[in-house]
Amino acid sequence: MSFEPNLVGFLCNWCSYTGADLAGTARVKYPPNLKVIRVMCSGRVDPNFILDALARGADGVLVCGCHPGDCHYVEGNYKCQRRLPITRMLVGEMGIDPRRVRLEWVSASEGVRFGEVVSEFTEEIRSLGPLALQEWAFDPAAADAQLAHQGGEHA
Amino acid sequence: MPKPKLGLYWAASCGGCEIAVLDTELKVLEIADFFDIVFWPCAMDFKYDDVRALADGEITLTLFNGAIRSSENYEMAKLLRAKSTVLCAFGSCAADGCIPGLANFTSLEAITRYVYDDSPSTVNPEHVRPQPVWDVPEGTLRLPQLWNTVRTLTQVVDVDYVIPGCPPQPDQIKAVVDAVVDILKNGKPLPPKGTVLGANPRACCEECPRKRDVKKIRAFVRPHELIPDPEICLLEQGLICMGPATRGGCGAKCVKAGVPCRGCYGPPTGVHDQGAKMASAIGGVIDSTDPEEIERIIAGIPDLVGTFYRFSLPGSTLRRRQV
Amino acid sequence: MPKVNITVDGRPIEVEEGSYVLQAAEALGIDIPTLCFFKYVKPYAACRICVVEARDKRGRTRMVTACNYPASEGIEILTRTPRVMAARRLNLEMLMSRCASMPVLTALAGKLGIDQPRWGTGTDTCILCGLCVRVCDEIVGAQALGFASRGIDRFVTTPFEVDSDACILCGACAALCPTGHIRMEEAGGRDVVHSEITLGPNAAIAVPFRQAVPNAPRIDPDFCVHFRTGGCKVCAAVCPKECISHDDVERFEDLEVGTVVLATGYQDFDPTPMKQYGYGRLPNVITSMEFERMNNAAGSTGGKILMENGKEPGAIAILHCIGSRDQNAHPYCSRVCCMYALKFAHLVKEKTSAEVYQLYIDLRAFGKGYEEFFHRILEEGVNVIRGKGAEIVRGGKEYPEGTLLVRCEDTLAAKFREIPVDMVVLCTALEANHDAKDVARRFGISVGADGWFIERHPKLGPVSTTTDGVFLAGVCQSPKDIPDAVAQGSGAAAQAMSLMIRGEVEMDGAYAVIDDEVCSGCRLCNDLCPYSAIGFDETKKTSSVNPALCKACGTCAAGCPSGAIRALHFADEQIYAEIEGILS
Ligand SMILES: Cc1cc2nc3c(=O)[nH]c(=O)nc-3n(C[C@H](O)[C@H](O)[C@H](O)COP(=O)(O)OP(=O)(O)OC[C@H]3O[C@@H](n4cnc5c(N)ncnc54)[C@H](O)[C@@H]3O)c2cc1C
Ligand code: SF4
Ligand code: SF4
Ligand code: SF4
Ligand code: SF4
Ligand code: FES
Ligand code: FES
Repeated sequence: MSFEPNLVGFLCNWCSYTGADLAGTARVKYPPNLKVIRVMCSGRVDPNFILDALARGADGVLVCGCHPGDCHYVEGNYKCQRRLPITRMLVGEMGIDPRRVRLEWVSASEGVRFGEVVSEFTEEIRSLGPLALQEWAFDPAAADAQLAHQGGEHA
Repeated sequence: MPKPKLGLYWAASCGGCEIAVLDTELKVLEIADFFDIVFWPCAMDFKYDDVRALADGEITLTLFNGAIRSSENYEMAKLLRAKSTVLCAFGSCAADGCIPGLANFTSLEAITRYVYDDSPSTVNPEHVRPQPVWDVPEGTLRLPQLWNTVRTLTQVVDVDYVIPGCPPQPDQIKAVVDAVVDILKNGKPLPPKGTVLGANPRACCEECPRKRDVKKIRAFVRPHELIPDPEICLLEQGLICMGPATRGGCGAKCVKAGVPCRGCYGPPTGVHDQGAKMASAIGGVIDSTDPEEIERIIAGIPDLVGTFYRFSLPGSTLRRRQV
Repeated sequence: MPKVNITVDGRPIEVEEGSYVLQAAEALGIDIPTLCFFKYVKPYAACRICVVEARDKRGRTRMVTACNYPASEGIEILTRTPRVMAARRLNLEMLMSRCASMPVLTALAGKLGIDQPRWGTGTDTCILCGLCVRVCDEIVGAQALGFASRGIDRFVTTPFEVDSDACILCGACAALCPTGHIRMEEAGGRDVVHSEITLGPNAAIAVPFRQAVPNAPRIDPDFCVHFRTGGCKVCAAVCPKECISHDDVERFEDLEVGTVVLATGYQDFDPTPMKQYGYGRLPNVITSMEFERMNNAAGSTGGKILMENGKEPGAIAILHCIGSRDQNAHPYCSRVCCMYALKFAHLVKEKTSAEVYQLYIDLRAFGKGYEEFFHRILEEGVNVIRGKGAEIVRGGKEYPEGTLLVRCEDTLAAKFREIPVDMVVLCTALEANHDAKDVARRFGISVGADGWFIERHPKLGPVSTTTDGVFLAGVCQSPKDIPDAVAQGSGAAAQAMSLMIRGEVEMDGAYAVIDDEVCSGCRLCNDLCPYSAIGFDETKKTSSVNPALCKACGTCAAGCPSGAIRALHFADEQIYAEIEGILS
């Protein structure tokens, strides 16, 4: 069975979220893999959200904001533009391919581009394969089994 | 009325937390007087079997320090959980994973290889490795097994309270002891489960005496590259000070000594991930809109994970590095 | 000034002492002919045509020139006595001996009954009235003209009789010269093209165009003499209400407003790059806007439909969709062109006998009464061809000089056509102003791919924008005709008014709050807020958000490393819950 990437998108209300709407009304076709969370501005995107999504099983996270200079809140996207590279660096140092975290500028009028971005990102993550975080969850059954195998008097 | 029973245990830790208890000076005598200490392997002679012999919940309070990184740590965590009414994660290792937790940046195999083969001081031509189970004529020898991933106490058993710090400051320990005594003596209600004790609700900056202004960072420097101005916020001087993303309680000891806060009290309540928060905060105040310049400035932060997660890697959102 | 009483031809009048007799006569409606008099320069009494008899209190009479004879108590002025008439005739005859054929003189000669001037008829064209010299000196202040020589050799010239840059080319001398001796000539004369003629008169002081708001004249400092020489100000002297000030300067005023309606409209698409239509290259290929100008009664041709050679065209083609509905230019429909093109056809039919061809892709007669108008056009005999004009070329030798051939595919008749016409009107697209992006940025709104401003919602918020208090009206939002623009403008005004009347704004429940118990006072958030909504309390050593300034972007909530800031409605736990929800 082919791998269907599980993607989370944080979209700015004013541009990319509207762009995604436009993609819908314009009947632009793109893969359904991206699950969208609306934020008021890309400046609201806390790297915590990105890590949280990855930890909860997302294979990739896409953050979209207004083009530089076009942020509805003047400069929120510049903050995002600085937070995202640090996040990518951090994710990279944690052994996760930084390509799994992507920042794109998509304006309200770029419905078609939004579709393209999502398609491209989906394909990229598909080629990277699933992000199965090693030993993320603690497995009490395995730990107990190990204890039992240790045997001895306390088993 | 019989004395309340107290247990203290150390799992994967450096021992500093034990010393911090002793650093409470005369308080320790008061503790010994008020409580019936039933288990404290570091200071008194007890066997695990003594604990096993207790009834469930018989220990009133256990202060558990150290991370969980071996089958033995895990076994004791489960045991003490069962025998204690109140289990308290004591110190940064139990709370967030701390320095032992940096093992999550690599793998058990890599660590073992280094220790038993590659380290310059090792001579081990036969590549002997510890064996968890070994039969000898007298019977079977068993060793606890090391884990690939270090866990916090909270991740493996149900924990009632957390006292952070590497180590928790003696003054904070004293305050907690006073509160506990007060509760037990006067029948006061317990704080809600999960409460962080012996710490400040605000971040470290609150305790820091340095002058603060709005922040605009154009370059990062490392502590050895700069003699910091003694008056001004270290972050404003380009040093990565974890103070704003670190729970207060230490009294801002490091920053007062001119060393940036390294984050030992862990993330403040409401912050999931100390490192990601710091990334967000720092990203916000980097003073540039030019992507290339931003890359350059960010590249000036050395060892991102080591700086941001020095005390909290196992407790962080991603928990370990993918190797 | 003390007043004196005088009579003119027996009629009494009170005038200022020292004012000229000519003015008193004028006030009484008594006509005294003049040649060298102009109200705004000092009287000169050079032509002596205004001669009258003045009788003082003692009964002595004298012949005087009315234009510079001052009024004094009790004098009687007689303007039409036989003695006066004889003197006037004599003076005119002497002038005519110098330049007999000047219309101003012959007309006067007719009135005074002179058939044949007694001292012969000269051929000069200057009567030496000195108006030009005096206006240039006294009013313009350029002093570019003067008299040279004496007696019968006297003539007007520039200093040292050479071309002089003292002349500022204002033309005041030529305008005043009664004989046309002085003319303004354009160096290297050339044809004037329609597009260079502005809608209004190109004078120093004029109403810029007919519909201007406010509908009042304004001085164009580039043309006004005063701004070049410091002189003139004749307009101020003329204006009875003393409205004119030459000291006003351009000012930039900062207005504090609570609401803004953006109605910045559009610009015309430039068809020059579309070489196939030959705009700018072929004669008589004009844009729709140029046609509008020409058709305007205040425009270049006074409302006549004319070709560049000044003749009426025999056939006109009107090409729709130039730059609209075109993947190489603008993909959208400009919406107004079909209907104004039909309007043009109607106007051409009304004003000329020309044959009209409409070349369209689709006819979009979408509005109230529009379809009916289309049928009327058909009844007026307009040739309506379905097919986009593909190319315009010059006609060959078999056609009359200047013929243009419009090529197209008539898609209803399924054949290629080549239509000979004299004039082509290109219905060019409406496009977003070149600076629309900057304007949008200034008001915190955005532009779409086509450059039009984006409304808050295409159906539910068509006049408001994503910035509170900023509204849209007209074409700046998307192409539309005047009724639609007016409707939208009224809506925008009403929304703005309702905001203003309330006097207070309703705040969104979404804003950021800082937990005073958690804030550590690190001040990392302070500079994050683009609206300066975050302040720092130096005594409490904590930061706080002013909710009235906060626009709820949430940047600070992401940036507070202590987790002290909550972005209401987009709080951390809400977003974590969403993440959990979509990933479970
Ligand atoms: C050739 C032609 C013929 C037409 N004929 C008809 C017709 O017969 N009937 C009809 O209903 N419609 C007609 N239209 C359409 C009509 O012109 C528009 O509907 C109408 O002009 C729209 O009005 P508006 O106020 O939105 O924009 P505009 O008329 O373009 O007005 C915008 C104004 O804003 C000013 N402005 C721009 N930027 C700024 C700025 N940054 N700051 C301050 N001011 C600024 C401009 O100078 C301009 O005065 C025709 C259009 C064309 C091109
Ligand atoms: S960032 Fe560090 S130096 Fe600055 S105020 Fe906070 S603790 Fe002090
Ligand atoms: S505008 Fe007035 S001052 Fe200027 S040139 Fe004309 S008349 Fe003179
Ligand atoms: S960033 Fe947070 S802790 Fe720091 S001053 Fe602002 S609200 Fe307070
Ligand atoms: S949410 Fe945005 S607008 Fe509001 S205080 Fe924070 S940074 Fe300023
Ligand atoms: S509003 Fe879109 S990025 Fe800020
Ligand atoms: S030794 Fe106590 S937490 Fe590290």
